[in-house]
Amino acid sequence: MTDAHAHAQADSNYYVPHGSPWPIVAAVALFCLMVGAVLFLDGVTSAWSLLPGPLLLIVLFIGWFSTVIGENQKGIYNLRVDRSFRLAMMWFIFSEVMFFAAFFGALFYARMFVVPWLGGHGVKALAHFLLWPRYEATWPTNGPGHLGGAHFEAMSPTGIAALNTLILLTSGLTITIAHHALRSGKRGRLKVFLALTFLLGFTFVALQAHEYMGAYTHMNLKLTTGIYGTTFFMLTGFHGLHVTIGAIMLVIIWLRVLRGHFTPERHFAFEAVAWYWHFVDVVWLCLFIFVYWL
Amino acid sequence: MDQPYESTAHADHEHKPHGWRRWVFATNHKDIGTMYLIFAGVMFFLGGAAAMAIRAQLFKSGMELFDPGVYNSLVTMHALLMIFGAVMPAWVGLANWMIPMQIGAPDMALPRLNNLSFWILPFAGTLLVSSFFVPGGAPAGGWTMYPPLMEQFGASFPMVVFAIHLLGISSILGAINIVVTIMNLRAPGMSLLRMPLFVWAWLITAYLLIAVMPVLAGAVTMLLTDHFFGTSFFNAAGGGSPVMFMHIFWFFGHPEVYILILPAFGVISEIIPTFSRKPLFGYEAMVYATASIAFLSFIVWGHHMFTVGMPVAAQLFFMLSTMLIAVPTGVKVFNWTATMWRGSLSFEPPMLFAVAFLFLFTIGGFSGLMLALVPADYQYHGTYFVVAHFHYVLVPGAVFAIIGAIYYWLPKWSGRMYDMRLAKWHFWLSVISVNVLFFPQHFLGLAGMPRRIADYAPQFTDWNMVSSIGGFVFGASQLLFPYIIWRCVRAGKPAEARPWDGARGLEWELPSPAPYHSWQTPPSEAMLAHGAEH
Repeated sequence: MTDAHAHAQADSNYYVPHGSPWPIVAAVALFCLMVGAVLFLDGVTSAWSLLPGPLLLIVLFIGWFSTVIGENQKGIYNLRVDRSFRLAMMWFIFSEVMFFAAFFGALFYARMFVVPWLGGHGVKALAHFLLWPRYEATWPTNGPGHLGGAHFEAMSPTGIAALNTLILLTSGLTITIAHHALRSGKRGRLKVFLALTFLLGFTFVALQAHEYMGAYTHMNLKLTTGIYGTTFFMLTGFHGLHVTIGAIMLVIIWLRVLRGHFTPERHFAFEAVAWYWHFVDVVWLCLFIFVYWL
Repeated sequence: MDQPYESTAHADHEHKPHGWRRWVFATNHKDIGTMYLIFAGVMFFLGGAAAMAIRAQLFKSGMELFDPGVYNSLVTMHALLMIFGAVMPAWVGLANWMIPMQIGAPDMALPRLNNLSFWILPFAGTLLVSSFFVPGGAPAGGWTMYPPLMEQFGASFPMVVFAIHLLGISSILGAINIVVTIMNLRAPGMSLLRMPLFVWAWLITAYLLIAVMPVLAGAVTMLLTDHFFGTSFFNAAGGGSPVMFMHIFWFFGHPEVYILILPAFGVISEIIPTFSRKPLFGYEAMVYATASIAFLSFIVWGHHMFTVGMPVAAQLFFMLSTMLIAVPTGVKVFNWTATMWRGSLSFEPPMLFAVAFLFLFTIGGFSGLMLALVPADYQYHGTYFVVAHFHYVLVPGAVFAIIGAIYYWLPKWSGRMYDMRLAKWHFWLSVISVNVLFFPQHFLGLAGMPRRIADYAPQFTDWNMVSSIGGFVFGASQLLFPYIIWRCVRAGKPAEARPWDGARGLEWELPSPAPYHSWQTPPSEAMLAHGAEH
């Protein structure tokens, strides 16, 4: 018996892995993350309580993924396991799509319904006449209460946003070139284009950080700037978080490529990261259109 | 062919890890399923204790057992514990136990992920329950967490938000595992339209879970940032709206109630043919009906908020789409009835619970239709009629189906029979008391008693007293259930591989108790054909 209880029976391709401590570490890590956040938000502790959770999560990811990568390199996983992983990744990305859908839904609802109501149009115009008769519905807006100050500047679709669109679309191209290189066994080209992809990803994040700083210092545009600031920062912020995670995943598969992992036929991890990267790309396109442009 | 499947397993396959490691590092679908069911049981009794407290407070007008704030916390926690702690985990536990056995697989597709999705639960449950004991007490705004009320609670507010995040992560991971198992681990020859209906119901439920749990996560995240970081999602002064929360919440919430009930449809579709000794009537229609219900669940959420002030066009749309659900649901009810028609019926405990489900769930369905009518809903909204409606679909609906499923499959799990006489007592006490408990609530609602209220006008006292008596009997009779299971597992008589002579399906081809890794080698075509339910 291999250490991984790996009885892939010849006729069935079934595979049952052995027990592992990592899932329970993951549950504890998530609990620490949440309890840490509760303690901080309730003012019981200072910000230190936010630390143990993420630290444990880092340990967890390193531990769990090195176990899985190690087992994979030993050739324990058969094609059926590979297919399970693929399906799981697709459904995971679908759940992420639905998470973003909630925030896009909030943006659309606020723009199409709430702001016109507050401006005195439609079925729920009463608040306008009773509370804010002088408010005019416009977009962008920080609401009838002018939250975050009377004046703020909206984000422009030209400038950093356009540049970032170009960067992310290019990175979608470079990862596709890298994938083709992997499939045709051109490892040199694979390494270069994969590296280019995550460099573009980190550049995107750096530019976004710059954009945020500009918003706070020069434009008076903050998270607290009414519904515009709220939707802008929450949507682009969650997206930026996903770009960061995606770029880290790209670095990891790049390191694996350097170590000689992946074959032209079998490279699930590469494909999973590539799917994730394309997903992040598509979300950005929606953001660019609906948050910056229209 | 009543020869049970002989395991060709080697000795090393049967060897299980021992002691605490078996549970903490578990990767076996049966062990994890057992843990899910035990967790669900604990939460069921905690949520039940809250329910008893609620019924005690409402026993008569002016009871004042609890202060209204505590009473509202009890109502909120009762709902959260029952939905996220009891019913959902119970279904995932049943999925864990049954899906690999029913599709001819050795285990779930992603056993370690399976372990994680279980072990998140006790932590999330701890976070949720401990919110009772922090300054300000547990949230008291109801399980729907509407702002701005929800945001006015003290230290417990972030606890509940994060508990819901954890429960959501657990559900999404569990659902992904279930979808992948069904798509990838079916035995050769088991095409999609040969799958048992419990598997079909779960496939569709898992899809709903993956689609809507992230939306709930988004909604509670917005509550959190509105409260702590000054965002304006639900703040009209900033250009947001509390009504927006209701839309996002119910976009999750309506599919959620089908997440609670669709696996029940699967279970009933297994039990009724077994004890009617007839194949299920209209197998394919059942599959398509389940899928239609799931699809419709995404476009009916507005019926929870008819009274907030909604354009007439939207009210009409949500009213009609809601009433449309009656069509596939009717298909199911008629198919179950047609399955029993001229069947050779016998009434063992699982069948009793299934038949009670059929009648009482249908009552809940009809009161749902009444609530779907916009003009009528203006009258019923926020009254005890709504409470009666959803308790009819959730208690003699989802909970009876879970109890029935456990009575149906317990001999397969434990290899032992339980005390039928006691289980029938459990049934009759439950089915009578559940009606005494919830039926009068229809009258109270129609007479105008509001829901979520710590005290009421004296004219509502009589039916509340009846309802409370029913509640206490129902609560007490549920104590029989763990006792029956415990007796069965400790000292029940050995069960045959096929303890119900009418039972069809791959799980009955395995010996009782089923081997640790259910199907080491895929079942043969003969077993598949024999197991086929249709």
